[in-house]
Amino acid sequence: MVELLDGVIPPLLWRVLLIVLEVLAIVLPMLGIVAYLTYAERKVIGAIQLRKGPNVVGAFGLLQPLADGLKLFTKEMIIPTQANRGVFLLAPVLTFGLALAAWAVVPFDEGWVVADINVGVLYLFAISSLGVYGIIMSGWASNSRYAFLGGLRSAAQMVSYEVSMGFVLVSVLLMAGSLNISKVVEAQKEWGWFIVWQLPMFVVFVISALAETNRVPFDLPEAEAELVAGYNVEYSGMAFGMFFLGEYANMILMSGMTSILFLGGWLPPLSIAPFTWVPGIIWFALKISAILFFFLWARATFPRYRYDQLMRLGWKIFLPFTLLWLVLVAGALELTGKLPNMGG
Amino acid sequence: MEPWQLEYAPILIFFAIAGGVAVAALGASWLAGRQKPDSEKGAPYECGFDPFGDTRSKFDVRFYLVSILFIIFDLEVAFLFPWAVTLGKIGLFGFWSMIVFLAVLTVGFIYEWRKGALEWE
Amino acid sequence: MFAAVLVASGVMVISSRNPVHSVLFLILAFFNAAGLFLLLGAEFLAMSLVIVYVGAVAVLFLFVVMMLDINTAELKDGILQYLPTGAVIGILLLVELVALFGSWGFAPDVEAIIQSQTPPIAQATNTEALGMLIYTKYVFLFQASGLILLVAMVGSILLTLRRREGVRHQKIADQVARTTETVKLHKVQTGRGI
Repeated sequence: MVELLDGVIPPLLWRVLLIVLEVLAIVLPMLGIVAYLTYAERKVIGAIQLRKGPNVVGAFGLLQPLADGLKLFTKEMIIPTQANRGVFLLAPVLTFGLALAAWAVVPFDEGWVVADINVGVLYLFAISSLGVYGIIMSGWASNSRYAFLGGLRSAAQMVSYEVSMGFVLVSVLLMAGSLNISKVVEAQKEWGWFIVWQLPMFVVFVISALAETNRVPFDLPEAEAELVAGYNVEYSGMAFGMFFLGEYANMILMSGMTSILFLGGWLPPLSIAPFTWVPGIIWFALKISAILFFFLWARATFPRYRYDQLMRLGWKIFLPFTLLWLVLVAGALELTGKLPNMGG
Repeated sequence: MEPWQLEYAPILIFFAIAGGVAVAALGASWLAGRQKPDSEKGAPYECGFDPFGDTRSKFDVRFYLVSILFIIFDLEVAFLFPWAVTLGKIGLFGFWSMIVFLAVLTVGFIYEWRKGALEWE
Repeated sequence: MFAAVLVASGVMVISSRNPVHSVLFLILAFFNAAGLFLLLGAEFLAMSLVIVYVGAVAVLFLFVVMMLDINTAELKDGILQYLPTGAVIGILLLVELVALFGSWGFAPDVEAIIQSQTPPIAQATNTEALGMLIYTKYVFLFQASGLILLVAMVGSILLTLRRREGVRHQKIADQVARTTETVKLHKVQTGRGI
């Protein structure tokens, strides 16, 4: 079919069109997955708390996310009179847009990636560090005390955990020897999954991911009990919906990152017959779901951290620990001569 | 244009589409929902009280400190990335030069720990 | 295109009346600079620019700008007062720049130097090329940057650290040291409650 259309459409336009299709093939399912993640969350937490969860709309409540979405969609979007309109509306768009745009570099299977850039890991790190803007901007633009406090707290929190995340990334890269995400996954063919070698880093990364996405037990920015809803208290209708979806999209993204860095991405657990029959994308999806389940499980299990405890965990425990581990990994690799790209 | 640079074109398109989807959803909802703003709805939420004072006031200086420390450590991480990738090629000398760099920063870290800059009161 | 947006947002940084808007335009400017880096083929620098400047430095700027309640009306009054000094400095800078560009010339062997230092791009991605140079050839500059960071760290602590009196800290050791004398553990059966 490509050859047929070659004469009709100029090649450049054709390539752009192809990319647009690829992007849509990621974005649209992602919207559906995000919607159903909210459903899964309610069902899982319901089960943990011996409740039924949503079960009225559609069979097993399967249509619940659609109903919720429709409701948010038709609600009035209130913009507070004292708010800064432009920034107020930009914040949710930014949060949601960034959470989607990060998927550009994530490989779903061998070669299934929209943009196979050389510095993919840095790109993901950069995008996740931008997530803080949506929250600060919303907190500031709402011009409301609760929102402001929530935004401030959240900014300091995300920033604190990002440092240790950076160190974790570096110690994984030491073993992978490349910033290209596909190559990071390929490297795990030789090494085995990095979780085997870097179990403590995996734990730190997952906990930092919880903190980065403002999930329980690190959901201080939202803290219903003290800040009523934190940074998004003034938002309603679809503007709130964007924040909500953005948070869940970020959760999926973080799970994706975890499975790429530590669980071998699309690789099957063992490269022998029954496992290799299953296509890589299914393995990837399974790994993401497992981590997402852990996120939900954590929400049902843990009480909220106090702010001083949270900062202490980030700065006094994770930071020195990851730094030390990083040096250890580098030293061990140097000593055993197992470093990637040796010689040259 | 090197071939690897072309890999960035999809990212630009991706950003455009992601932003477009977000704006479209907001805009469509703006049209779909009935918009009836009034002064009570537009007031900032303060548990039913009338808001008092201006929200944008000065706040604890500690937030600045956290963000400055963050910048410093972020730079450190930025230095670590190329090091991690090339450690195999630059050998022992490169390894030790980074260790010295980290040691210098660890001195700073210990200093701030002792000073109590990491305490959140 | 990136350059145009960069300059435009640069102008917006200084002309916006709301300081927060200025910072937001500054962020836009950083992004465009990153785009320019990409076009120049320096992808690692582009990403570091986004991570460090947009992700960290601009956050600090936003913090500072948001929390200082700057009265925009007062600022406008001040402009006239500072205008003469500003104009003089601006003109001086302009003259210097013109003089610099007028006498600009490459050292004769600059081409050779550039070629000898950079490993062929075809073999190494530019992150690797950077890595191979920073930690070996430019090791002293690298250590100096480490020292600068140390000074920055110490300085910021000295400037901003304030102690508050009468704060009670959590003593973890005490909490962990509690024994079963004061705490009673129940094994609760699922679905029953106590």
